[in-house]
Amino acid sequence: MNAAAAVAATAAQPPVVVAGASMAGLRTAEQLRAAGWRGPVVLVGDEPHMPYNRPPLSKEALAGDASFGSLTFLPRASVADVRWRLGTRVVAADLDRRTVTLDDGGTLTYAGLVAATGMRPRRLPCPGPRRGRHTVRTVADARGLRAALARPGGRVVVIGAGFIGCEVAATALALGAAEVTAVDPLPLPMVGPLGELLAKALLDRHERRGVRFALGAQVTGFEGDDRVTGVVLADGTVLAADVVVESVGSVANTEWLDGNGLDLTDGVLTDEHLRVGGRPDVVAVGDIARFPNARYDEVARRVEHWSIPTDTAKHAARVLTAHLTGTGITVEPFAPLPTFWSDQHDFRLQSFGAPALGQDDVRVLDGDPGGDFLAGFHRGGRLVGVVSLGGRSTSAAAARHRAELLAQPALGAGSSGGPK
Amino acid sequence: MKVVVDMNKCQDHGQCVFAAPDVFRFDDDGHLVHLPDADDTRREEVEEAADVCPLQAIRIGD
Repeated sequence: MNAAAAVAATAAQPPVVVAGASMAGLRTAEQLRAAGWRGPVVLVGDEPHMPYNRPPLSKEALAGDASFGSLTFLPRASVADVRWRLGTRVVAADLDRRTVTLDDGGTLTYAGLVAATGMRPRRLPCPGPRRGRHTVRTVADARGLRAALARPGGRVVVIGAGFIGCEVAATALALGAAEVTAVDPLPLPMVGPLGELLAKALLDRHERRGVRFALGAQVTGFEGDDRVTGVVLADGTVLAADVVVESVGSVANTEWLDGNGLDLTDGVLTDEHLRVGGRPDVVAVGDIARFPNARYDEVARRVEHWSIPTDTAKHAARVLTAHLTGTGITVEPFAPLPTFWSDQHDFRLQSFGAPALGQDDVRVLDGDPGGDFLAGFHRGGRLVGVVSLGGRSTSAAAARHRAELLAQPALGAGSSGGPK
Repeated sequence: MKVVVDMNKCQDHGQCVFAAPDVFRFDDDGHLVHLPDADDTRREEVEEAADVCPLQAIRIGD
């Protein structure tokens, strides 16, 4: 095709623009092709790298077992012709005019728009030096933290005892840190997603392996001149620190969508087909999408599990392609079965379903909390999630409940003890 | 269709077993086994299995 023909083709058919070139963006491009979209696709991503797999960044990659290069996804052959605009950010969108503005001042007119801009780590607003304080989100973050943890005998303070905090604490200890302390305002690690029974078992396992905890504690500041030397708690305690990791949650990258009358209170609110703002030509995917899950109830939630980019990409791509090609939507409302895992020390947490919805009625289904075990989470008497804690055979036990979870009728669909 | 699994990467998450049960399964010892030559009618399932592998250990040849 010569240049003039290329311009004519572009003018004839505007692209689907995918804002965000991480896993969710890549999967959406692939699924657009699988759904039959033959028009142009442009992926815009602010990192200089092709999309890569993030879970190893708090585990193997941090420990050096996996080179960062091996984390890059291998895109399907079907997306060989998509255009990658890496090192470029979408800074604004005008959904009425169907345009996005890039940070280099350029503008793209789209036929369809995919919001896949993900999250960024929240930072503590406390005063003190910035050097020596790390987050774990990108390859660049992990490189910096790996270099810091490579000096053995250090004192590491991990702020936030959630998924990332607990994984990093375990990895830091394995890398030879002299002291690892995890700080959290809640009374137990990962108690939000897991509930008390599992969180207690998790705390015990970490402590037996040498991780210390400062729980029910607020961080109020950092000590040090040029670089951080200590973490100050609200009760006046100072935890000496050579390396600080802040894993205190994340913030949705939605600023570029401001001014379009959208609900951006926590990510991008979508309908049951991942469409944004009542528009058929705009969808949201990955962990910024705040969607109702027809499997559970009508409440829209963001889900930061690894399985969600792939699940949302598939559904959103079908819906968007149906709109763009005028074929009509033939898919049921989005109803993924969330799943997460977390490898810490020598054990694995494996979850299927939505345990957070069933924390008032937790039953041990297999094993016992002193050792490897499997917990079932119930709401209105029905199983809504399972979580295992232990070795691989325990994870397999959790997997055996997956079919049961998939077969459960939707919560609130005529259930007597359904959610309020 | 050739199905290649990097067993150095595999950590027995089993997501591929859910996605393509005719091609991937666990043996009695809980280790993943798979058909190295899968029927082409299974391509969509195997592509899904490759997508959902947390270790990105599955590749499709031709």
